[in-house]
Amino acid sequence: MTTLTLSRALNEGLRKALENDPKVLIMGEDVGKLGGVFRVTDGLQKDFGEARVVDTPLAESGIVGTAIGLALRGYRPVCEIQFDGFVFPAFDQITTQLAKMRYRSLGQLSLPVVIRIPCGGGIGAVEHHSESPEALFTHTGGLRVVACGDPADAFAMIQLAVNSDDPVLFFEPKRRYWEKADVNLAGGVAAALPLSQAKTLVSGTDATVLCYGPMVRTCAEAAIAAAKEGRSIEVIDLRSLSPLDTETIFESVRRTGRCVVVHEAPVTGGLSAEIAARVTEECFYRLEAPVLRVGGFSTPYPPSKLEEYYLPDLDRVLDAVDRTFAY
Amino acid sequence: MTVNVAGRAASADPLRGQPESAELIQLLTPEGERVEHPDYPLEISVDELKALYRDLVLVRRIDFEAIALQRQGELGIWASLLGQEAAQVGSGRALEPRDMAFPTYREHGVAWCRGLDPVRLLELFRGVSHGGWDPKAHNFHLYTIVIGSQTLHATGYAMGIQRDGAVGGEDGEAVIAYFGDGATSQGDVNEAFIWASVTNAPIVFFCQNNQWAISEPLERQSRTPLYRRAHGFGFPGLRVDGNDVLACLAVTRKAMQAAREGQGPTMIEAFTYRMGAHTTTDDPTRYRLAAELETWKLKDPIERVKAYLVRSEMADEKFFEGVDAEAAEVGTRIRKACLEMPDPEPLRIFENVYAEPNAMLENERDQYAAYLESFETEEAR
Repeated sequence: MTTLTLSRALNEGLRKALENDPKVLIMGEDVGKLGGVFRVTDGLQKDFGEARVVDTPLAESGIVGTAIGLALRGYRPVCEIQFDGFVFPAFDQITTQLAKMRYRSLGQLSLPVVIRIPCGGGIGAVEHHSESPEALFTHTGGLRVVACGDPADAFAMIQLAVNSDDPVLFFEPKRRYWEKADVNLAGGVAAALPLSQAKTLVSGTDATVLCYGPMVRTCAEAAIAAAKEGRSIEVIDLRSLSPLDTETIFESVRRTGRCVVVHEAPVTGGLSAEIAARVTEECFYRLEAPVLRVGGFSTPYPPSKLEEYYLPDLDRVLDAVDRTFAY
Repeated sequence: MTVNVAGRAASADPLRGQPESAELIQLLTPEGERVEHPDYPLEISVDELKALYRDLVLVRRIDFEAIALQRQGELGIWASLLGQEAAQVGSGRALEPRDMAFPTYREHGVAWCRGLDPVRLLELFRGVSHGGWDPKAHNFHLYTIVIGSQTLHATGYAMGIQRDGAVGGEDGEAVIAYFGDGATSQGDVNEAFIWASVTNAPIVFFCQNNQWAISEPLERQSRTPLYRRAHGFGFPGLRVDGNDVLACLAVTRKAMQAAREGQGPTMIEAFTYRMGAHTTTDDPTRYRLAAELETWKLKDPIERVKAYLVRSEMADEKFFEGVDAEAAEVGTRIRKACLEMPDPEPLRIFENVYAEPNAMLENERDQYAAYLESFETEEAR
């Protein structure tokens, strides 16, 4: 086991992917010499060359559009979008081309493209640097959407994403980049939890809390706090946002009878709304309370001096859990 | 020449001696007179000329048949190439089988040159598929409907050719990206120009300037001749008579060869005219004058080749009758195939969305299958 930051774990995962398959490429703004603004690709261009770790012009649609062309030629590009709020210039290529090419071609074309997106707030950034646009992509058939929440998952999941023959939107919790944990660098991805599966982080009996990405740690801490007050919360890191691991979700909620979904993104039309609808449909007679959502408000992301009020935290998670006991 | 995929300048003179202002490159006048151009000598046999004439006529016939099928309710829509046959056949016949073409939704003539059965195009416009032919079988990518998106795919593909070491040398490969005048306003096209330029990618940007982006004339897209845009991006731009199949052939051949040799991108503006509507849902009489169409009819891409063949006594009446008869046969064949085309099964909605198993989607499919089956059970009662 090696203790690594989440950023470094991603770096090691990408390094493995580059080593394992000469068709794997990394491309994005400042990913080469600089090593990425979060240093996720640090040192990779030096070791794998400028043809495989590509500093691109500053245009996101161009990054994704040329990645599609490279994939059509047999390459497996991993694109970095520098910040969540900059994915929108690429939105057209992602939703109209990347997501649909397999369907359009009746399965004759594969686009094994990974799009890495540092996401979420909590770093005191200016506008467009703290967003959580995942629901825009989970709404789009043909894309897989995943989010890593800790270094061990970051290391394994990025490799699994590169191995996938489907396009994968890979969300990275930017405020967790520097948090450390043990990672088994020798562990092969074959033994890792499949990309499509959720992970039960904390087992519990009284309520199920579903979360992903930057909220994983927040919810795990909430479970510890709740335990001190005698309440047993089960925390599930969804990992895969599209498709959802509904089996794991339903099994847990049927057991606990209560469900709270937590994400940084606005709740309106968010992934939590989708989960709430599905849980209600599948676990109706086992629910003791409505499914509650904790997330961002239906506003643009606020200036950073207000983000602590906007972002879900331990207290808001516990408040929602408490409210499920009021029914 | 060494290929530098990192995009360092591979050519000392990115414009390759291209003058700032070039005239319309033409090898065959509208009256059917063969003219020479110092930069584009073209040796072409009588058989090759006749083959080009045949392509032009057949492609127009396919287009005509498709419009008729749409009018009769057999196709949902059709995007006619009427007037653009020479640009498509000339450029299409300039390609080697190993080259890759990225078309828009109007490249029926290029599809023909790449050996794709026109029936496959009808499938798309009938609503039976979104395309669905095998792009690798013909090195002809699927039609892209979003304007300009494919220029980036083409550029990325060309970057892949570089990484495969397939630039330069005898068997060098190159890519041709098709787009229209309207697409030049799209960000993606401009980004493709930038990427291709800085990576020195083996690509030809073939712009069919048919003067109209649906109802918007060229002057609403550009205040500069389109081919000159290329110069600002650092590669040569040329304007060719898009209704002259010989000029389109010669210019595209040369640009593709330069790309294959590692000399980087070229933009070709094929100056042509959309003689029909944008698509069958469009009514061009609302926005353009009939006189304009009449002027362009005098520059018809097929008539000039016929005039040349006749005047030079390279083809007799029997040849022309033969081509017409073949065109009629092709028309009959694709009509029949269109009418016989089965509708896809409803559950095909769920197929080919993902490469890997997707439990959520499979669940949706199963529920819908059961729902559909419930009707069949009811009917059986």
